[in-house]
Amino acid sequence: MSLDELDRRIIRATQSGLPLVPRPYEAVGAALGISGEQVRERLQAMLDEGLVRRIGAVPNHYRLGFTANGMSVWDVADERVDELGERVGQLPFVSHCYRRPRRAPVWNYNLFAMLHGRSRDEVEAQAQQVAALLGDACRAHDILYSTAILKKTGLRISES
Amino acid sequence: MASPDDLRLIDRLHGGFPLCDRPFAEVAATLGCTEDMLIDRLQRLLAHGDLTRFGPLFQIERAGGRFVLAAMAVPEQRFETVAAQLGAMPEIAHNYRRESAHPDQPGATPLNMWFVIAVEHADQVDRVTQDIEAMTGLPVYAFPKEREFFVELRLPLLPGGHHVPG
Repeated sequence: MSLDELDRRIIRATQSGLPLVPRPYEAVGAALGISGEQVRERLQAMLDEGLVRRIGAVPNHYRLGFTANGMSVWDVADERVDELGERVGQLPFVSHCYRRPRRAPVWNYNLFAMLHGRSRDEVEAQAQQVAALLGDACRAHDILYSTAILKKTGLRISES
Repeated sequence: MASPDDLRLIDRLHGGFPLCDRPFAEVAATLGCTEDMLIDRLQRLLAHGDLTRFGPLFQIERAGGRFVLAAMAVPEQRFETVAAQLGAMPEIAHNYRRESAHPDQPGATPLNMWFVIAVEHADQVDRVTQDIEAMTGLPVYAFPKEREFFVELRLPLLPGGHHVPG
């Protein structure tokens, strides 16, 4: 899907949030000189295309008690990383799971799995389950805990 | 701290916010509250920082954009300055300070600043990383995803760890 100018204007008008008024789509449309119906149609099309992942609340997990947020990183044998990554991604406590490039010599990990818990003990226990699943295909791992949110705004596209 | 009612509301509003004329009224009806009450509570949750945003989440990669994870090893005495520099860049969507669980183990990473570059066109990524390197004098390590296995950040907010259906 390629964005036309109206889509871009709708993204710009809503990327920091929907207006909290009884008719939010109407309000967005009014600012853009179109109807609320048109805004909804475009957003629906973007949902269908996967360009909108979801419409809803983005929680601040720290404020909601999930204070232990660990990016677990794993050095997994290249020939097995895809098969095993698929299985790590299925673990219920893993929210994001990706294969990424190594950056030798500073970085030897190629599998990233985000773990979230109410304590570091909870995250460590989750990491042990990942380690058990990876078995001897994994040479080393680490967990990088986030200790401060420096910025969390999401995408910001600018004027074209 | 958010109340149990707030958690239920946040869980209910994870996604699927209706595309209809009066969406807050529609959701409020399923929660047994009024449209005004729902709007007030969302305003409060946003104002208190329990929610960082309420609205559509765009997956710009579906339209040619890119989200790229990147990291730097930032000396402690410059950490705040560099965080502010990245904070001022619209292309930086998220930025976290991260610390290794095992900082003393051999091979522990010195990378302590992890951020997401979000751009509308894939070819902007290199320029952004070059800008950051020029601005900070520090190498930027980009970790573009080579394969995505699973993505769905939805934590069990409610007691018992179960989500409210719907």
